[in-house]
Amino acid sequence: MTEGQTDSTLHLLNASTIPKRHRVFSFSRILAITSNTLTELTRLKVFYVLLVFGLLLIGSSIFMAQFSFQQEFQILKDVSLGAISMFTSLLAIVATARMLPRDIEDRTVYTILAKPVPRFEYVVGKIAGVLLLLAISTLVMVAAFLAVLYMREQAVLQVTATQMASAPPDQLADALRAVRAFAFNVDLVPGIIIIFIKACLLATLTLFVSTFATSSIFTVVIMVFVYFIGHLEATAREYWLHEHGSGLITRSFLAIVALLFPDLQAFNLVDDIVAGTAISMAVFARTALLGVFYTLIYTLLAVFVFYGKEL
Amino acid sequence: MTRGLIALGVLIAMGLLKLPVERDLAALHRQEHFRGVEFNLALREKLGQLGFIAALSGFRAIVADALFIQAHAAWEDTQWGRMLWLFRQITTLQPRVLLFWDTAAWHMAWNASVAAMNNPDQPHQTLRVKAQREYFALGKDFLERGIKNNPDRPELYEALARLYKEKYKDHERAAEYYEKAATLPEAAPWDRRFSAYELSYCEGREREAYERLHSLYDEGGKERLPTLLKRLKFLEDKLGIPQQQRVSETGESER
Repeated sequence: MTEGQTDSTLHLLNASTIPKRHRVFSFSRILAITSNTLTELTRLKVFYVLLVFGLLLIGSSIFMAQFSFQQEFQILKDVSLGAISMFTSLLAIVATARMLPRDIEDRTVYTILAKPVPRFEYVVGKIAGVLLLLAISTLVMVAAFLAVLYMREQAVLQVTATQMASAPPDQLADALRAVRAFAFNVDLVPGIIIIFIKACLLATLTLFVSTFATSSIFTVVIMVFVYFIGHLEATAREYWLHEHGSGLITRSFLAIVALLFPDLQAFNLVDDIVAGTAISMAVFARTALLGVFYTLIYTLLAVFVFYGKEL
Repeated sequence: MTRGLIALGVLIAMGLLKLPVERDLAALHRQEHFRGVEFNLALREKLGQLGFIAALSGFRAIVADALFIQAHAAWEDTQWGRMLWLFRQITTLQPRVLLFWDTAAWHMAWNASVAAMNNPDQPHQTLRVKAQREYFALGKDFLERGIKNNPDRPELYEALARLYKEKYKDHERAAEYYEKAATLPEAAPWDRRFSAYELSYCEGREREAYERLHSLYDEGGKERLPTLLKRLKFLEDKLGIPQQQRVSETGESER
């Protein structure tokens, strides 16, 4: 072995034997936890049951042919977007609620945290896995919805063209334009994004609850209550701020609801969008920002509480 | 425990911060016609417990659609009372869907009213007419409430104008509602024309109708449709317009 070869081998040996300096924050570690969480979640039966249920609900809208095309498209969009909203909300709660308790039960969390993985990376990696699953599910259901809507639109266009074959070209063009206007509306896109943001908010809130909850059932039950109370938060807030005649106990209760719970009604825009209400950039941006703000705060709070959790 | 209390403190502090933001956002939503449904006791009474819970959980569109399908089945069985009850719930849940207001009004003012008039179980003509008028009024009520909830959309003004024209034979009100529809941004191009047509049937407003029809006529060939020419001819005769100022049969001005 020449002198040069010996130097090179020693250099390689040193590089492999000297331990790498531990970094406080590592994307690759988070990515590893995220991909592992995603794989775990896609193995859950509940995911497929909910997904199939959602897709069936969207698909069932095909059988609405006895209605006029306006009624048919209205029902198709309402049912499909309602199914997407219902599925993503349920999945966000169910998938997140069982995440931490399961890891503790399986002792996976000890294996991970015994390595130089900070707790916040573990929590962030876990929630990122859930959010990725929610994004994939939303995309799958939106694709199914758009496919069904496109199929029905084409069928109605064909029928209209046949029925109006003898009409003047401008009248036929008007009729076809009316059908297209009733089918897909570009405002549905921000509406769908808001549905996804609402699901992210619910997932992070569930994560926060699960950091101090004793079991996943407890977390799910709490989240069901939070879900309903969150939809009433706006009413409680207005009543608390404007009605001064009610008693102290009532006002205290309303204050708790208004301060501690997110306003989930703010994220139910898609019903009105389907009805034809145009969504402005200001409404979309401010609603989305509120959702992102909640998502970040709940994630940070979950990390904070998880740091103090005795494992 | 300490961390839990700190987290609670942060949540309360965040709550105080988010309160004005959420209030402003809710106001913006209402201003742009979102959040049309207020969750209160009145809604609870109208919807029943299950409907209220479903609506509360953010699925009011699906609940409204399910009720709409039920209303469709009730129509097939000609259960007009049930249809009225269902459509009141549907429109309460989805006040921004014009289709529901329009369909409800159409069922009441057109279908139910005709069924009432042809009711073989009611031998008294007066009572049949009374029932028919009641259904007209129900249809009108749906459209008026629909307009109140959607003042920015022309379709329900058009539907109310049609109802006044065809059911009440009230051309003045029909002209008024077509005119209101015409002032809105998404109005159909024929609303102005229809308003002028209806006005041409109103006793004492012939001059105004003539001026409006003539101004439409002056806009060019696209507006010079057979009905417009017919109504103009009618008004020219009625108002005694000099021959040299009259429009030609073919749509060319002689003025």
